[in-house]
Amino acid sequence: MSLTRQDVEKVALLARLKFDEEQLDKMTDHMVQIVQYVHKLSELNTDDVEPMAHALDVHNALAEDVPRPSLSREEALKNAPKSDGEYFRVPAVLGE
Amino acid sequence: MSIIQKSATEQLALLQSGEITSAELTQAYLERINAVDTSVGAFLRVESETALAQAVKIDRKRKAGESLGKLAGLPVAIKDILCTINTPTTCGSRMLENFAPPYNATVVENLLAADAVILGRTNMDEFAMGSSTENSAYHPTYNPWDTSRIPGGSSGGAAACVSADMAPLSVGTDTGGSIRQPAALCGCVGLKPTYGRVSRYGLIAFASSLDQIGPLAKTVEDAALLMEVLAGYDPLDSTSVNIPVPAYSESVGKPLENLTLGVVEHHFGEGIDPEIESAVKQAIAIYESLGASIKNIELPHADYGIATYYIIAPCEASSNLARYDGAHYGYRADQAEVLAELAEDGSDEGPLVRMYRKTRSQGFGAEVQRRIMLGTYALSEGYYDAFYLKAQKVRRLIRKDYDQAFEQVDMIIGPVTANPAFAKGEKASDPMAMYLEDLYTVTANLAGVAGISLPCGFTENGLPIGLQLQAAPFQEEKLLRAAQMFQNATDFHTRRPEIS
Repeated sequence: MSLTRQDVEKVALLARLKFDEEQLDKMTDHMVQIVQYVHKLSELNTDDVEPMAHALDVHNALAEDVPRPSLSREEALKNAPKSDGEYFRVPAVLGE
Repeated sequence: MSIIQKSATEQLALLQSGEITSAELTQAYLERINAVDTSVGAFLRVESETALAQAVKIDRKRKAGESLGKLAGLPVAIKDILCTINTPTTCGSRMLENFAPPYNATVVENLLAADAVILGRTNMDEFAMGSSTENSAYHPTYNPWDTSRIPGGSSGGAAACVSADMAPLSVGTDTGGSIRQPAALCGCVGLKPTYGRVSRYGLIAFASSLDQIGPLAKTVEDAALLMEVLAGYDPLDSTSVNIPVPAYSESVGKPLENLTLGVVEHHFGEGIDPEIESAVKQAIAIYESLGASIKNIELPHADYGIATYYIIAPCEASSNLARYDGAHYGYRADQAEVLAELAEDGSDEGPLVRMYRKTRSQGFGAEVQRRIMLGTYALSEGYYDAFYLKAQKVRRLIRKDYDQAFEQVDMIIGPVTANPAFAKGEKASDPMAMYLEDLYTVTANLAGVAGISLPCGFTENGLPIGLQLQAAPFQEEKLLRAAQMFQNATDFHTRRPEIS
């Protein structure tokens, strides 16, 4: 399996990251190396193996459906890089 | 022996008998930090004022005869990954430089309820990704035994502060070895509990199916003492398990009879430093002399541990770290810069997407971005089955290996790392070499079993060597007792570094 610079650029957009040319070269190098290494797993036949998502046999831990206090709006907005006191503010999504 | 050189258990007895006060003890640690942390860099922030105020409060409670918690008056250092209300919690990242969580992690609540004194926040690899603490966005941490070397990671600050007598107890986290490896390289005791034993509520997530919080300390009894406070069921963490917490600190001194230890032949030979091999084999011989029987066992899929881990952990990380979007909390790239860049390269991706991208590329360090990229790639369309699903299947095989091993033996004994602490910068530009540092530790996280690292020797150059014991899920009590047996028969844990 070959991983190209173009693939890496595409993944960077999916991951919401942005690299300059030099970083892109280095990232491609490193990812090719690591992907090659993890390919080691293809040596194993896992046809009848059930995937394991989790180390515990706990399923659907449900809480009682009772209201309890939650963060106030003020607390929730306190760490926001930009807010107007009511909402989180982000750059225009639909154009000016 | 000065007060800070004593174990936490001894200090607690002196606090209880009134021979020392928590204010004196806390002050002694603050002075020690002041004297040596410029050489070690274990702390990101020392909270002198709140620590002293808390110590005075506990002293007053004690004097008034009020009931006190299990750690009453003992200073504890906390890895900077555990949310503490209205207090900076950075996770070693620029992304969270100005983040002050609106709530406490459950373990922080537990520590406060136990009347511990929180000394400060320890340094770490950014978002716990790394094995050397060189990935901290703030400054590196140096190994107290040789300050030209790394302390291990990601809980490098947590291990170094204990080893250098800057804190008697410290709390770390372990996703692939991040407690056990630095404990081994710094010559202290570090326990990675079973997945589900300690609440992860308020632990800033890296790989949620692997992360666990655990204690680091100078002695096994001290680790048992802290573990008793950290462990427990928490309804706020749906993966927390509701089984009672044993009184680890009371049972730790009882030796185990008819102990059977498993040795994996594969752990030795090629790739392991001969001095480590010999120290670990000597440790096995010591257990034999204490009455344990030794049995050769196989973990046939252990060799696939690193490959499995470096798919699963980045996949979970890429998903967990999607929350850092520059909108809700944390760093955001400068708006004018974002717009100028967009205008310059004429891209049609729009100001919001570019804000996300610039924010994340400026806020995260190189290793964190590498793992997000790997995870995003492995989870992307067309690759999911080949990577993530495959890794989850191999994870099952690794777990089965452990289940089969624990039918034959009580614990598995072996090395923590293949090499002693390496030089600063040695592996910084080679991610694969750094990843292989976790060779002996990642499988415990993948399988969800418990593991402990304890001092078992020194190299000729005076660098600490760690011994790893691993036990079946929720067997921490036995693990601590077995570790204590070794500690009683040896004196490696009593040596302390001369900090230059």
